[in-house]
Amino acid sequence: MLWVLLILLVIVVAAIFFVFSSYNGLVRARNRVEEAWAQIDVQLKKRYDLIPNLVETVKGYASHEKETLEAVISARNAGMNASSPAEQANAENQITGALKSLFAVTEAYPDLKANTSFLHLQETLTGVEDKIAYSRQYYNDSVNKYNTKTEVFPGVLIAGAFNFNKREYFEAEGDARGPVQVEF
Amino acid sequence: MIMIIGFFLFTFLVLAIVGYAVTGGLSSVAIAVLITLATTWGAYWKSDVIALRMSRAVEADETEYARYHNLVEGLCIASGLPKPRLYVIEDDSPNAFATGRNPKNSAIAVTTGLFKKMNRLELEGVLAHELSHIKNYDILVNTMAVTMVGLLALVADFTFRFMWLSGHRRRGHHDGPDPTAIIAIVGIILLVLAPIIAKVMQYAIGRQREALADLSAVEITRYPPGLISALEKLKADDTIVRSGSRATAHMWIEEPMAQVEADGNLSRINRLFATHPPLDERIAALREL
Repeated sequence: MLWVLLILLVIVVAAIFFVFSSYNGLVRARNRVEEAWAQIDVQLKKRYDLIPNLVETVKGYASHEKETLEAVISARNAGMNASSPAEQANAENQITGALKSLFAVTEAYPDLKANTSFLHLQETLTGVEDKIAYSRQYYNDSVNKYNTKTEVFPGVLIAGAFNFNKREYFEAEGDARGPVQVEF
Repeated sequence: MIMIIGFFLFTFLVLAIVGYAVTGGLSSVAIAVLITLATTWGAYWKSDVIALRMSRAVEADETEYARYHNLVEGLCIASGLPKPRLYVIEDDSPNAFATGRNPKNSAIAVTTGLFKKMNRLELEGVLAHELSHIKNYDILVNTMAVTMVGLLALVADFTFRFMWLSGHRRRGHHDGPDPTAIIAIVGIILLVLAPIIAKVMQYAIGRQREALADLSAVEITRYPPGLISALEKLKADDTIVRSGSRATAHMWIEEPMAQVEADGNLSRINRLFATHPPLDERIAALREL
């Protein structure tokens, strides 16, 4: 009789322990997903802040590259005012493209290329571009881990009971997914 | 973690047996415990400071080394790690290492030669490799290993001198087989072997972890060509890190004492004592991805 009780007790304790750890694991994974999402925003904002500085610096040396400069500014404004995720993704891709052509244009201005604050800005912006890509990668990795946790066998019970919904991946929209076009 | 506990126990065991064999008293076992604990504690808290100072590393300025900071920040975002402290070593040979005890208390040091010789993508590969050492806790295992190996060597040396001076002290206690005598013999054998065993262990760990760090690095950057071409540049380069010593050899991305493999292939003995797999093997492994 005592043995049966003991075994039952062990099973109950084990079950409770399992529910706790599984639940906590899911919460942790979900928080990581949210953190990763916030990180993407942080990097995008940093890029918005850097662009006016860059444009000012370039203007001083290459004022007649108006079109390229304006393309960068309008892409930035479109990104800041975007209301839907799809719109935003589109604008971000435009910014990346506009910055690329801006940096390509600056190659023709040796004075500008020798300016230390320009070089620093260029380095920072390249860094931010990297970080945007990396934060998306990290977000997708986190989503992958979280989604897997909600799908595999023991976790799926807890996830169902406590409403841990699956998250969506961040996917490159439109241009970013298509073939790269080289313009001459 | 298992590695560290293993190293700890191994060191402790050797110290305890040797202590017992030499002095014949249990008090020496207690002393062994204390010494092992003290060194482990010291290694845990101070090893990064010591390693950085030994290689004359200075903190990397945020504006002067903007690229360095940017790349590491990006990689940290990709891997979800906090940003380590960044150091620079004035040295023409391209190399880098990571140290610390956990991701929150870690540091990466890079030689100025690496900045000169690597482009952005290669630099990123190397930094991702170092960051992987931090992520996989290799930095802790490494520093612990060094301390234990050093301690064992020190104790071995000290005990031999001690036995030389007082060798005849415990003769003629009993007749017949003496248990302390057996322990003493075991102790002496251990004493001779311990530093060697510890070294081989250290090297084995090092090689395995280098290969793992290469793979984890590529997992972070998702761009194997960066690290491959960085390793190729390291292979082509024959300058040697001046500030590297044998004690810190296993920490660098490439073995700083690379002159041993100047004639192409390492001999079998050399391979046993190499802290890194040959660069060719590492490049080939990355190519297969």
